[in-house]
Amino acid sequence: MTHISLKVDGTTYEDDVEPRLLLIHYLRDRLGLTGTPIGCDTSNCGSCTVDLDGESVKSCSLLAVQADGGEITTVQGLAQDGELSELQKAFHARHALQCGYCTPGMIMAARDLLREHPHPTPDEVRHGLEGNLCRCTGYQNIVRAVLDVSEEEVKA
Amino acid sequence: MSETVEREVGRARARKEDAHLITGQTNWTDNIAVNGLLHLAILRSPMAHARIDRVDVSAALERPGVIAAFSGRDVAEAMGSLPCAWPVAEGTVMPDHPPIAVDEVRYAGDPVAVVVARDRYAAADALEAVEVDYTPLPTVLEIESALDENAPLVHSDKGTNRCYDYRTTDGDYAAAKARADVVLTRRYHQQRLIPSAMEPRAVVVTPLAASGEFTLYSSTQIPHVLRVLLAVTTGIPENKIRVVAPDVGGGFGSKLQVYGEEVIALVLAKRLGRPLKWTESRSEANLATHHGRSQVQDIEIAARRDGTVLGLKVSLLADMGAYLMLLSPGIPILGASMYPAIYKMGAYEFSCTGVFTNRTPIDAYRGAGRPEATFAIERIMDDLAAELGMDAIDLRRHNWIRHEEFPYTTIAGMTYDSGNYEAATDKALALFDYDKLRAEQADRIDHADTVRLGIGVSTYTEMCGLAPSRWLGEMRYAAGGWEAASIRVLPTGKVEVITGTSPHGQGHVTSWSQIAADVLGVPFEDVEVMHGDTLLAPHGMDTYGSRSLVVGGVAVHEAARKVVDKARKVAAHLLEANEADLDFADGAFSVKGSPEARKTIQEVAFATFASHDLPDGMEPSINADHVLDPETFSFPHGTHLCAVEVDTETGAVHVRSYVCVDDVGKVVNPLIVEGQLHGGIAQGIAQALYEEAVYDEEGNLLTGTLADYLVPAAPDLPEFLTDRTETPATSNPLGVKGVGEAGTIASTPAVVNAVVDALRPFGVRDIRMPCTPERIWQALQPGKEASA
Amino acid sequence: MIPPAFEYARPSSVDEAVRTLADGGEDAKFLAGGQSLLPLLRMRLAFPELLVDLGRVPELRGVREDDGTLVIGAMTTHHHVLHDPLVRRHAGLLAAATATVADPAVRHRGTLGGSLAHADPAGDLPAVVLAMDGELVAVGPRGRRVIPAREFFVDYLQTALAPDELLVEVRVPKTDGWGFKYEKFHRVAQAWPIVGVAALVRRDDGHIAEARVGLSNMGSTPLRAATAEEALSGASDPDAVARAAEEAADGTRPAQDTSGSPEYRAHLARVLTKRAVLAAAGMG
Repeated sequence: MTHISLKVDGTTYEDDVEPRLLLIHYLRDRLGLTGTPIGCDTSNCGSCTVDLDGESVKSCSLLAVQADGGEITTVQGLAQDGELSELQKAFHARHALQCGYCTPGMIMAARDLLREHPHPTPDEVRHGLEGNLCRCTGYQNIVRAVLDVSEEEVKA
Repeated sequence: MSETVEREVGRARARKEDAHLITGQTNWTDNIAVNGLLHLAILRSPMAHARIDRVDVSAALERPGVIAAFSGRDVAEAMGSLPCAWPVAEGTVMPDHPPIAVDEVRYAGDPVAVVVARDRYAAADALEAVEVDYTPLPTVLEIESALDENAPLVHSDKGTNRCYDYRTTDGDYAAAKARADVVLTRRYHQQRLIPSAMEPRAVVVTPLAASGEFTLYSSTQIPHVLRVLLAVTTGIPENKIRVVAPDVGGGFGSKLQVYGEEVIALVLAKRLGRPLKWTESRSEANLATHHGRSQVQDIEIAARRDGTVLGLKVSLLADMGAYLMLLSPGIPILGASMYPAIYKMGAYEFSCTGVFTNRTPIDAYRGAGRPEATFAIERIMDDLAAELGMDAIDLRRHNWIRHEEFPYTTIAGMTYDSGNYEAATDKALALFDYDKLRAEQADRIDHADTVRLGIGVSTYTEMCGLAPSRWLGEMRYAAGGWEAASIRVLPTGKVEVITGTSPHGQGHVTSWSQIAADVLGVPFEDVEVMHGDTLLAPHGMDTYGSRSLVVGGVAVHEAARKVVDKARKVAAHLLEANEADLDFADGAFSVKGSPEARKTIQEVAFATFASHDLPDGMEPSINADHVLDPETFSFPHGTHLCAVEVDTETGAVHVRSYVCVDDVGKVVNPLIVEGQLHGGIAQGIAQALYEEAVYDEEGNLLTGTLADYLVPAAPDLPEFLTDRTETPATSNPLGVKGVGEAGTIASTPAVVNAVVDALRPFGVRDIRMPCTPERIWQALQPGKEASA
Repeated sequence: MIPPAFEYARPSSVDEAVRTLADGGEDAKFLAGGQSLLPLLRMRLAFPELLVDLGRVPELRGVREDDGTLVIGAMTTHHHVLHDPLVRRHAGLLAAATATVADPAVRHRGTLGGSLAHADPAGDLPAVVLAMDGELVAVGPRGRRVIPAREFFVDYLQTALAPDELLVEVRVPKTDGWGFKYEKFHRVAQAWPIVGVAALVRRDDGHIAEARVGLSNMGSTPLRAATAEEALSGASDPDAVARAAEEAADGTRPAQDTSGSPEYRAHLARVLTKRAVLAAAGMG
């Protein structure tokens, strides 16, 4: 067992974990933060994307011990005082989700993308989301939602 | 007070379902945590076909945290055989299908043992300690060789790999062929696909040991059907089983199933008296969640020189995989009526032979039988146009049912109630700038450009709204095709809609709210929709086959109308007027001629709740149920146009533009309709260009992960330009036709037609799907022209 | 899927890392970014007894100049590499190829050293470092040594690193003034390249003075297209480049797998070499 300390969505947790425990299982099974789902074994689908110390990471391809000392934001930590983040609002308004399984990862990846490219082209949005698979939307409305947010910021 | 309420049906309402999904407050089956929960892990066969000589779980039982472990033989009796509900032809061969293999494994992925442990890590570790001895058996892996005289048998006790033969004919095809100027014969291959819903399957069973009751949570499309069949399969009384489909992360047909893991979890929860969870990994899903398509299609079309189609002959070899699952035999037959599509002709022959192979079982995948039909007819229509030197659109125009000819009964016996192929096609051509693209194509040919342009057309129709129960009976399907809805107007005026459909991304909560709000005249926000739990919504036939709106949504509409009828009696009584003298508008009854005398439906609901003053003899309820059995199918249609650039040096295909105009009848929610099309088109393009389940010579799946099975990501797809025409269905009061599968059905042939169109100047007539760069490059090599 | 159990150590210096691995016995392994290793563990294709996590060894991260050479710490992430101003200025080919590796989230964790030590011939970066005539610096119980990239990639997933050696630095000569292009051919954005071609071209007086061409996925190791390189020398127009590129598959032994046959890969190597060199030479 290895002792870890992690801040997740603003709360600090200390736990003893098996070194092999995947970060995603730590979040889901130990902390009960089931908002972030798992979709594959090979880091292709991106459903499990969370933010670790300001960068998007795939929490299925990371050991909990590797994240020790880090600060994690999941989709569950995006809304502040009941106010949805701009991306959450845009995903809703644009119908950028259907079954919703990829949505947490997609939103976290989009958040990372906009941090790096605040005003992306449609093509940059598509490439920025290349690590996140969606089977429902054909990505059409996801791309639109992300562009909406970037345009909002231009206006602001 | 009588402001007119804006109609809900037709509004682009953002979805009610989104709130919990965008915030992570989800209820996926794998999220469920209960005290004492144990985890299942399943050991699967690494071989495609082998005799099981020995399964020894004793070492697994010694592992820390392991509660139980079983071989197939240990539990065979309690688990029974997985059901197939669709023996589509007389004498359909129905092999035994134990959830855990007992004597033989028949595909790589067939379960051979199960372990139960205190957490998922311990369960995964324990699998490594299960010892199994196999004796390899010869395999049959290809559809086309399954019926060879010397082919190894998947089920030796059945003496054949032939599952069934199905035939249907209308008109005299031989005579039509004799009269034809042109007869084209083609063989198309529908590759094997892995549905790849983003949420892998999961099951949780919580037993109440004392009373013998079980709640089974499953990532399923069919909680109601599942409940019936779990009872039948395990012998546990149906009224002791509650099935819940919590949030379900996509299905596309792959969760329209009664899976072995559901039976295993239920039976072991009963045996152990403990709650159990099983969660599939993606690599397990690729092996063990049913696959789709996998057919060889022989198609022949007979036509006159002027393009008039005289007849069509279709002969299929359909892969069942190693076992029959819930609907396996029926899937190709769902397409039987759709090969003639939108075209008039005088003769049609259809036959299909189902065969077993040592591969993952095949069952429904988005479109289920209809994409195959549409692909074959739309591909051969393009080929016929090329053969006759006609424009692909002109040939279609020459043969399709004109809008004034509806209702029209096709040669396949389907009566299309409505449609307007001219309008949809004209609109699509304008949006696509068809003539300009054709000019560019010619220009590139003239300049011997290494990048060629191809234009593909697909003017599809499909049958939605599965299904009239009587038709299902004639097709030997075991159940009906009705759908149930109930509406309760609560004392405070809020409304509950209970539906038997089981959405998993389709937005029923929003659309059903819109339908109910309009009929009842209540605010959209005041409607809650309950579904996916046999305790809350006891009656239903669930969600698949683009049926939910056409059958389930219409049932909601009809139940709401019954509520208004009942409320009218109460309102008339309260207003001391005749029912016939009441108007109902914007949620209120008013007396004709004296609009100040009015009662809102909410007031009526409270008055009914109080029941102090109801009409004599009236039951104190305005709530209503409706079970709707559709009289016929619905037939959405549309025109999809695709332009691709093909790099003749590398074989790479780039989809440059994609335009579609779909007519899905009356639209309840344009946002949701467009979303359904988007996803469907993406899946159809994926079949055309990217996806294929590939096996090696031993029957090992080589595309076992998402690193090898190429589900397209955002950069791999173009932007789609979608538009609509609206020709209401005449077969239901909402005028709706269904949209869940339209995009998938339409897009695959549009893309492949475009690829082939680009390559026709090189003498290429077909590229097998998926149209990979290498296949295209091979087809362009001198002397290596692709299969004709 | 779920990794098998292992012990875990997290050293804070290179010396400690090397020592920890040596003490850990035969089945001890270094863990870099984990973007290749974690999937392998989850699929239970690797069973290490000890993982030595390099994630907290600061000296393994970062980019610096050493005269005409860029020195990149082995644990520098792809994300860092492709945004690093020194890399962008002096090793544009590396930046360009790194931008095509996997996806943004994987690039945040995956490292240059990790992907070189993994030595997957289908990886993008081995061929790039090979084309750049890079050098790899290893530290082990017997000290420090420099391995030329040409000698580093030994076989499929095998390098010249001894089992107890740690890759600490990647040294690439600055290629200021060279044209470059990484041509990656894959079926979907996330897929491994069927073939990748990394081209570096130095032009002199209108013709190609020197061309270096690295090939991904054309054999059990990344390869240099030596015959084509030689033929490219002196080429002064697109036709000459195209003729030289016809030699690109010479001496390669590409594999057969679900994404391509050997003959198709050979063909792609030729086409992509032509395109990459033309682009790098500014003749495209």
